[in-house]
Amino acid sequence: MPIWGRDQSRGCRGVLEVRQIDAAYGELRALTRVSVRVEPAEIVALVGSNGAGKTTLLRCIAGLVPVRGGRVLWDEEDLGALLPHQVVERGVALVPEGRRLFGRMTVEENLALGAFGRRAREGRAAMLERIYAIFPRLAERRRQRAGTLSGGEQQMVAIGRALMTRPRLLMLDEPSLGLAPRIVEAMLGVLTEVHRAGVAVFLVEQNVRAALGLAHRAYLLEHGAVVGEGRGADLLADPGVRRAYLGPLALLG
Amino acid sequence: MPALAQALVLGALIGALYGLAAAGLSLVFGVLKVLNVAHGELIMLGGYAAFWLFALFGLDPFLSLLLVVPLMAILGLVLYGGLFRFIVRLGEETRIKNSLLVGFGLALTLHALAVRLFTADERSITTSYGSRPLVLGGVVIPLGRLLSLAVALALVALLHGFLQRARWGRAIRATAEDWEAALLLGIDVRRAYVLAFALGTALAGAAGSLVSVGYSISPAIGLEWTLKALIVIVLAGLGSVFGTFVAGVVLGCAEGLSATVFGGPYREVVGLLLFFCVLAARPEGLFGRP
Repeated sequence: MPIWGRDQSRGCRGVLEVRQIDAAYGELRALTRVSVRVEPAEIVALVGSNGAGKTTLLRCIAGLVPVRGGRVLWDEEDLGALLPHQVVERGVALVPEGRRLFGRMTVEENLALGAFGRRAREGRAAMLERIYAIFPRLAERRRQRAGTLSGGEQQMVAIGRALMTRPRLLMLDEPSLGLAPRIVEAMLGVLTEVHRAGVAVFLVEQNVRAALGLAHRAYLLEHGAVVGEGRGADLLADPGVRRAYLGPLALLG
Repeated sequence: MPALAQALVLGALIGALYGLAAAGLSLVFGVLKVLNVAHGELIMLGGYAAFWLFALFGLDPFLSLLLVVPLMAILGLVLYGGLFRFIVRLGEETRIKNSLLVGFGLALTLHALAVRLFTADERSITTSYGSRPLVLGGVVIPLGRLLSLAVALALVALLHGFLQRARWGRAIRATAEDWEAALLLGIDVRRAYVLAFALGTALAGAAGSLVSVGYSISPAIGLEWTLKALIVIVLAGLGSVFGTFVAGVVLGCAEGLSATVFGGPYREVVGLLLFFCVLAARPEGLFGRP
């Protein structure tokens, strides 16, 4: 029984289709005619160098950055016409870069705020137990202030909080940033579990090897445009990709 | 010694009102990142509302709180919709500057309006029980002011409970800490802003009612109350409702003591000295978190 994901109440499937969008910060162009598609229960990675527009693309989908041209469709509905809190209510959640926890509140208060929306409120208690089952560490620290946690624990709260919104698409912006390799592995393992529960995952990750290894498909973003697309494993084997994103030594390994 | 004890008690009584005044201003500042320098004028309006309800209808000022508080909350909604709604759309740096301009404009307008409508006379509410003294070990406590302190404390406790437990209370705290993260959890932060502003205005109205009972009001008291509230916020730091209340009492006591020890003219000086010392030693405030 899927506790999150596949929320049948609206009878929708959960297809994200970004069609030819443009975005800009003032005069500064950030995205040019970007098209991306995420199917239900798919893991899709978005890789590219710093400043390529990865974060901007996620923020456009979440409604935090206005889309100038093109459309962001979620089950045929135009997300561009919605406010960010309404996008969450449709089942699209974003774990922002830098985690952005409410540091003065306890772990449990942070998680409970994830169930703020009408749709998420119903199954709140069961959902909280589910999160604690995935992250037993958080159950131990539920009364602790979020600001006092380690980086890895904070990332767990950030992911848990987003899952509390009962998303059908979970977007993550650099979840492994600043974490120890062992913790990164655990974190990516959690994403597999989330995906198995029926939630699609759209992942921006600077750890390209891990991201491509995990994802079914991936997009390459450069200078605000999609320059490549393919299965994760294929891209990982592509010499050009290896040279660009994994460093020169990767060709030897 | 009894003179000092008396000064301390009277200081704590007015300090409770400083605390209540500051709690409203602190809420608005913490959530909207807008400094409403017309907060004192809102206190003044609350005072006049209580005064006229008493003078025209004989309504007890503690009873009329039940009318004044919701009326002031509605005024808060109107002011937000008409003025402050446009300011919160700005980036955070320009927000403060613009809120100062709008706040001063609002303060001047309300002041002039009050002079026009109510004249510049000082007013206060004299109830039958208000000046009845309660004598405790040689210290005289006016009953009306004691009641005011109790009401102020109760309101602060209510606000604290709301922010801690209620669904929208938590949403307001989340918005204060990181509005974008709040948005990403499905919280309509515009609603959190409206709610916080209306609450802040309602608290100002309550503080004004209480001021008109034990003390006096006139159209000109606004600036002084805004300044007191600002000093208290700096003393307390942001983020703790009870901390703000306690800091108000501390300021009141310090003022009372210094007036007794050094003489009346030094009343304000010691408060400001306290302000500078805390700023220098603990810039996050006595109860604020860095």
